[in-house]
Amino acid sequence: MVRRRRTSGILAWLLEALFFKKRSVKIGIYGPPNAGKTTLTNRIIHTFADEEEDVGTASEIPHETRRAVRRGGILIDLKQNLKQFQRTNFNSNPQPLSDPTRNGDLSTNPSTNPSTNPSTNPNAKSGRKGRAKLKLDVVDTPGLATKIDFHDFLAYGLREEEAKQRAKEATEGVIEAIKWLDDIDGVILLMDATQDPYTQTNVVIIGNMEARGIPVVIAANKIDLSSAAPQKIKKAFPQHFVIPISALTGENMPEFYAAMVRRFR
Amino acid sequence: MKRSEEGGEEREEGGEEREEGGEEREKRNMNIKMDLISEDKVNSMGSMEKIRFVLDGVKSGNIVVLEGGLTSEEQMKLIELAMLEVDEDFTGIEMSGYPSKKGFFNLRKKTRLTVVGPAKTMHTIKKGKDWISAVISEI
Repeated sequence: MVRRRRTSGILAWLLEALFFKKRSVKIGIYGPPNAGKTTLTNRIIHTFADEEEDVGTASEIPHETRRAVRRGGILIDLKQNLKQFQRTNFNSNPQPLSDPTRNGDLSTNPSTNPSTNPSTNPNAKSGRKGRAKLKLDVVDTPGLATKIDFHDFLAYGLREEEAKQRAKEATEGVIEAIKWLDDIDGVILLMDATQDPYTQTNVVIIGNMEARGIPVVIAANKIDLSSAAPQKIKKAFPQHFVIPISALTGENMPEFYAAMVRRFR
Repeated sequence: MKRSEEGGEEREEGGEEREEGGEEREKRNMNIKMDLISEDKVNSMGSMEKIRFVLDGVKSGNIVVLEGGLTSEEQMKLIELAMLEVDEDFTGIEMSGYPSKKGFFNLRKKTRLTVVGPAKTMHTIKKGKDWISAVISEI
């Protein structure tokens, strides 16, 4: 179980663990704008809750999600959903992980290959598939940014009024995302594997989670793109779980779900 | 008629004054002020005081360099407050810092250096664990 019980003491924890049903954990999906947070949230819901349900729409325009959206009652059951993973994820996997032509090839770099590196493969050591269940609420948060300029939105064809309104809502969204940090049990930090991971927002989120004792799983998203270099993220944050994924195509999602179960349970 | 022509001249003269004033302002704007704050000064301030100090400096167009730096919690609070003050003129902040180091017996993290500037002026090009490369351009 995650560290929400840090204020309740060991006795309360034991009582709850022995006699009460495990409650669900609240997992926030954080990251910079356009990292793929909504796409990942939708994929988790499609895989474990409802194939038809979307919490939001993904867009190439930054700050598409400007209000945090919570979806509760998701049960990740790795054993039960294994076949579904294979159907929904691997069928849509256009490129094998071992493709040597891809930039940031995972197979040649053991530090980033989740199947060979125990630090990034949560099942590599234990193989504890029997207890592979996690009940969670997932919170899709607005992208975190330190600057929002309405002029940036004009480049996407928005009218000036629309751009200003979007910028205003985006600033409110950033504040809301920060406020949500007080109310979550774990963080999935989504980074765009095609971008430099060493941004201050990434560093600040990780620093805050470490200070609060909240577990973090880093997902290096967009590995379906040829310019993706997930090993850079692993190198930048060696003390954390880093799972290369493609939320869009479903590549490597079983590894990611296994990491979630292990880290947030 | 005559009065209006004079008035016109007055307005033109006033316009010239404004133009001169504008040039002066442009010259001033090309100078970018940097506030380099010592660790002692940083440590003498409380968290909120530090954040307000940085934000006021940045909103005035200055680059603020804090020896010793801000903690990640302070940086998060700074982002939050900066977002509250974003408008058409102030688009936010650009912030860079070295990651904190483990301190005494790994019990306390030691922050190092934080650089904060207006987003319109400062752009971080690249950064690593121990170095920051930034471009500071005129407004």
